[in-house]
Amino acid sequence: MKLARVCGRVFCTRQEAAVEDKKLLLIQPLDWDTGKETGSPLVAGDCVGAGSGEKVFYVASREAIVAYQNCYEAGCGTALPPVDAAIVGIVDGYQLDGL
Amino acid sequence: MFVAKVVGSVWATRKHPDLKGGKLLLVKPVEPVSGEYAGATALALDGGVGAGVGDTVLVLDEGGSARKVIKNDNAPVRTLICGVLDSVHSGGKDKKYA
Repeated sequence: MKLARVCGRVFCTRQEAAVEDKKLLLIQPLDWDTGKETGSPLVAGDCVGAGSGEKVFYVASREAIVAYQNCYEAGCGTALPPVDAAIVGIVDGYQLDGL
Repeated sequence: MFVAKVVGSVWATRKHPDLKGGKLLLVKPVEPVSGEYAGATALALDGGVGAGVGDTVLVLDEGGSARKVIKNDNAPVRTLICGVLDSVHSGGKDKKYA
């Protein structure tokens, strides 16, 4: 799971049916050690209601769809959304002291 | 799986319901025999092993098996701590981690 900062939100009128009721946020991946930006921003589905500017951690590839599994089984949404990144937690704080 | 050192921890009250109950530890991959750092830090879920900061641990890096370990098919986790290392023996060299 990687660190990222929410830096925007993505709205689209024409999109895949399964993604329609999902919130899509624009996140900028950060490095755990330095907190600096690494790589380019990406769009991730939001499972925890993260707000703009917050530090979050996200999962990529297969785990992003698994993150929506329990709400799909609970009956919300027509199908599993085709996302490849999903925010699964908001970082309250983190501590790096073993280095 | 890769060998890594636990270098920190993360606390997050609002997180995915299937990640609750596990400690979130920051792990940095190390070269098993020499013990030097070799990679970027990642966030791993503690699969009930009870690892703490400073331990050298075995980290699982594949989602399917990680979900089998914590017995929860809805858990969006890929890097999971599944063991604490005691020693590594390779090429005649022995490295103790206890």
